[in-house]
Amino acid sequence: MISPYLTEHPLDFASLLASVSASDRGGIASFVGLVRDHHDGREVKRLEYSAYAPMAEAECAAIVTEAETKWPVQVALSHRIGTLEVGEAAVAIAVAAPHRGEAFEACRYVIEELKRRVPIWKREWYADGSSDWVNPAIAHDGSAPDEVAIGSAGVRHG
Amino acid sequence: MTASVETVTVKVLLFASYADWIGRDTVEVSLPASATVADLVRQLRDEFPQADRLPTRPLSAINAVHATADSPLREGDEVALLPPLAGG
Repeated sequence: MISPYLTEHPLDFASLLASVSASDRGGIASFVGLVRDHHDGREVKRLEYSAYAPMAEAECAAIVTEAETKWPVQVALSHRIGTLEVGEAAVAIAVAAPHRGEAFEACRYVIEELKRRVPIWKREWYADGSSDWVNPAIAHDGSAPDEVAIGSAGVRHG
Repeated sequence: MTASVETVTVKVLLFASYADWIGRDTVEVSLPASATVADLVRQLRDEFPQADRLPTRPLSAINAVHATADSPLREGDEVALLPPLAGG
């Protein structure tokens, strides 16, 4: 177990939901990301997730804090690391709020920021036995990722 | 080892595709004191022929905080070169 946000074990949705439930919160919005069986026309057999763990933990903690500051919500977040088969959950987010609007907004915020900022990578293994590192930026629009997009929003150390 | 005032020594962390390309996941690099992340990448290209596949301005982090290619390096920094992020 790489706690608290990264784990090598299958994600436990029930625990995640229970961890944010409370009598004054009327709704829980959730997002679960699953391993897809195809990418760019190729049949995917499994994915291998890796992370820069200390930084990934810190970024996840920052994102959760930001969401809980912007909205009256409580956030639970878990991302799996290691080898995942098709159909398994790679990420799960549960956001509890007094009302559904805030829950949905905050849940969307958490997954989008996670994809943008958290240092996690995945290698896809294909049906023909070959593998490749996934580059979402290239997959979507053919452009190279922009280091300034993240760096300028972050904070210089020291 | 001792670092003079004119140089800084940093530990470079490589991940995923970058680690594959260069064939290792950590490298120690000494640079002029005013060096930036971009300077570090240039030096890696000089030292490792395989590093020419690295972008000239890759995503990076210094001591586990997102940085830019223009961020200055300090003695003992842990500099991570981050391939395109693919979490979720």
